[in-house]
Amino acid sequence: MAEIRLPAALEGKELVRSVRTPARMDFLYTAGEATTRFLTGISEGKILGERAPGGKVYVPSRGADPQLGVPTTEPVELPHVGTLVSFCVVNVAFYGQGMEIPYTSGLILLDGSDLPLMHLIQECPVEDVRIGMRVEAVWVEAHELAPNLESIRYFRPNGEPDVVVTQPGAGVTW
Amino acid sequence: MIDVAVIAFAQMPNVRAETVRNEVEMLMPVIADVRAKAGLTQADIGFTCSGSTDYLSGQAFSFVSTLDGVAPWPPIQESHVEMDGAWALYEAWVKLQLGDVETALVYCYSKSAPGPLHEVLSRQLDPYHVAPLWPDAISLAALQARMLVEAGKATEADFAEVASRSRRNALTNPNAQLAWDTAVADLLAEPCLVDPLRRSDCPPITDGACAVILASGDRARALRQRPAWIRGIDHRIEPMALGLRDLTVSHSTRTAAERAGVGNAPVDVAELHAPFAPQELILRESLGLADHANVNPSGGPLAANPVMVAGLTRIGEVAQRIMDGTATRGVAHATSGPCLQQNLVAVLEGED
Repeated sequence: MAEIRLPAALEGKELVRSVRTPARMDFLYTAGEATTRFLTGISEGKILGERAPGGKVYVPSRGADPQLGVPTTEPVELPHVGTLVSFCVVNVAFYGQGMEIPYTSGLILLDGSDLPLMHLIQECPVEDVRIGMRVEAVWVEAHELAPNLESIRYFRPNGEPDVVVTQPGAGVTW
Repeated sequence: MIDVAVIAFAQMPNVRAETVRNEVEMLMPVIADVRAKAGLTQADIGFTCSGSTDYLSGQAFSFVSTLDGVAPWPPIQESHVEMDGAWALYEAWVKLQLGDVETALVYCYSKSAPGPLHEVLSRQLDPYHVAPLWPDAISLAALQARMLVEAGKATEADFAEVASRSRRNALTNPNAQLAWDTAVADLLAEPCLVDPLRRSDCPPITDGACAVILASGDRARALRQRPAWIRGIDHRIEPMALGLRDLTVSHSTRTAAERAGVGNAPVDVAELHAPFAPQELILRESLGLADHANVNPSGGPLAANPVMVAGLTRIGEVAQRIMDGTATRGVAHATSGPCLQQNLVAVLEGED
């Protein structure tokens, strides 16, 4: 490589090791028809799934059935009780966490649904959390209900005996 | 080479802002429509390829959730390009050249409206020296227009002629977003938006989606009476630094056109992805279609400009005319990047 001779004014200067170019853009996001139905339900203290023509119930539904590629249109009100089908224990602190570590994040398959929801598992020591555990939703106070998943504070064990978990997708054949 | 044809095309009516449906809800009817036109189900599709960009929706991996709309379960052969759907079509065309599949679904969609589009587009520029200045897309196009005027290659009246004709053509396009009949003189009386560009020289902001089905050889002939055969397709890119390029010509378009064989026979129809009116003049010159009578009969991107969709729409509009029998040989062009940085040219033909 050819040697670069700097002008005298730049000789001996510290190298530029980083530049900051902040960028901020605001987006007006459209939730869509199916997500609007789900979030409206949440703001009323209900969990609404959607049944696809093939029979599967998705919660929350983004509006499309991935098996058929058609809209999900039949709302199904689901119980606030389900089974923990997987979980992880978070031991890593990260920016914006807002939770005391360690804590448990779980996939909860509500009774009557074919798609697990992700949420926090609390009121249970992390070492006692297990797949197959029966859990129930703990909601915010009625006046705090809003169209977002923080209206459910977390899920906790409901005391029912554990059940055998069939892995999601295990019943799918092709 | 394996012969590959467009056998179906579908698009949603272009709108300023789709504020009810999310992306996958917007896309599903288009996918259903294009499959019905081809007489195929997803099980019949060998390869699926899409074009979109998460910068427009403001959500990482939004294209993955959109994939639910094509029924990807059980798993399908699929790919995605962070580009206009025209480049997704190119990837599908290459895939069909391998010969292991005979059909491909190509789709693209965008919501250009949720974010500040002209600032979002500045994020594709040189991140150290240009993007921090936030040059908006209209200003960059105006730099190019100014060079055309100063070089004596075009006048503001030439720009207005493109703007007037495009929106007049759009009056017969039911999917157009902007269509009107205003004379050149009246357009020239408007004030400049970013001198020398007037508002009418600029594209609308559009939400939209379109889809194409490709098939090869005898499969195409079996599925469609008059397929639109892709006789040539090529794409070329120019350097990122705007100052390295002569913005009054498009070398990449010229090279792609030569490779695609645009000049080998007469052209009945051309659909050019020129988002700004002056760019149509540059493209016509580069394609050897300077005085061609039938450019952008759909109204082109000045009638509807869904980013990431408007390029594939050009291919679809040409293919549709060939499949209908109203054209025999057409040229479709797609662009990407600022000031026509990257260009794709396809030549489509019908068989008699």
